Amino acid sequence: MALLLFCQLCGEALVRLSGWPLPGPVLGMLLLFLWLRYRGRSSHDLDLTADGLLKYLALLFVPAGVGVMVYFDALGGIWLKLGVTLLASAVITLVVTGWTMQWLLRRQKTEHSDGV
Amino acid sequence: MAFDSFWVYLSASPLWWLTLTILIYLGAQRLFLKSGSAALLNPVAVSIVALIVLLELSHTSYDAYFAGAQFLHFLLGPATVALAVPLYRQMARLRAIWFPVTVSLAVGVLTGAFSAVAIGYVLGLDRTTLLSLAPKSVTTPVAMGISEVLGGIPAMTAAFVVFTGITGAVIGLRVLKAAGVTDESAVGTAMGVTAHGVGTARAFEVHPVSGAFAGLAMALAAFLTALMLPPLFEWMGWR
Repeated sequence: MALLLFCQLCGEALVRLSGWPLPGPVLGMLLLFLWLRYRGRSSHDLDLTADGLLKYLALLFVPAGVGVMVYFDALGGIWLKLGVTLLASAVITLVVTGWTMQWLLRRQKTEHSDGV
Repeated sequence: MAFDSFWVYLSASPLWWLTLTILIYLGAQRLFLKSGSAALLNPVAVSIVALIVLLELSHTSYDAYFAGAQFLHFLLGPATVALAVPLYRQMARLRAIWFPVTVSLAVGVLTGAFSAVAIGYVLGLDRTTLLSLAPKSVTTPVAMGISEVLGGIPAMTAAFVVFTGITGAVIGLRVLKAAGVTDESAVGTAMGVTAHGVGTARAFEVHPVSGAFAGLAMALAAFLTALMLPPLFEWMGWR
């Protein structure tokens, strides 16, 4: 846990120093990833903490999600248009990304088997 | 009267809303499993709706609620950092397919932003709303930063991000299955790039590989969006 918080802190510090519009935790994740690669292995404690936290990842979004209620009044007039836009955009993004990746994966596989 | 003072005590203490959030989530999760994982009963969505109804009924402000729930919210930071661990475990796989991953992420980031702007434009949404919509597939803090740079309203963006995440988590797996996307890493990447953290959490529930790739997709999408959107919008003369 200390390592996780330390990486987050380093991430936040880097964000402040560089003025990049990125969240500290995202940078912290990349720092931890680089650290694991450098070290060549993870530790039992880190595995345990990470798996425990990630098991309840969905729960951690609930407090922020409830915050949507604050915007009910402001978005009241256009909520239907917004809902349609966001829903349609989510479907399109899912499908386009999924197809692109699957298509590239298959192409890569056939290239490999052709090459050998 | 006794109940009133009891209520005043409980609602003033952070413990009440914190405990209630966890209990409601655990209940929602049980309901979800009992229903055979019915997409509409997504535990995050159900918990949020239940809590909003409770807050409205008890005339509790969001600030009062958040005083208790912030302890859970705080854990999002270390949990995001922890995503590096499953990603590290998938290193071998990632190294083999870094090219498809990178291209798909770039495609996903652009599709996410421009599909929303295009559809919103056709439906007649105003320019500020469209600019606030553009970064809605990215995790909240980045999205708010980008929205501000583009000339949108960060608070509005935050609401869109949450809605998008939940929508993606609710419909994502079904949509991908219907579209014939079966590869676990492709499923994860699509979930992470479309629905950031909430999508990542959902991806973890179905497969560790999907979860790891969703976490990676979410993090890199944040980078790519922050790098690409502001210059692109400037180039198009939107800013």
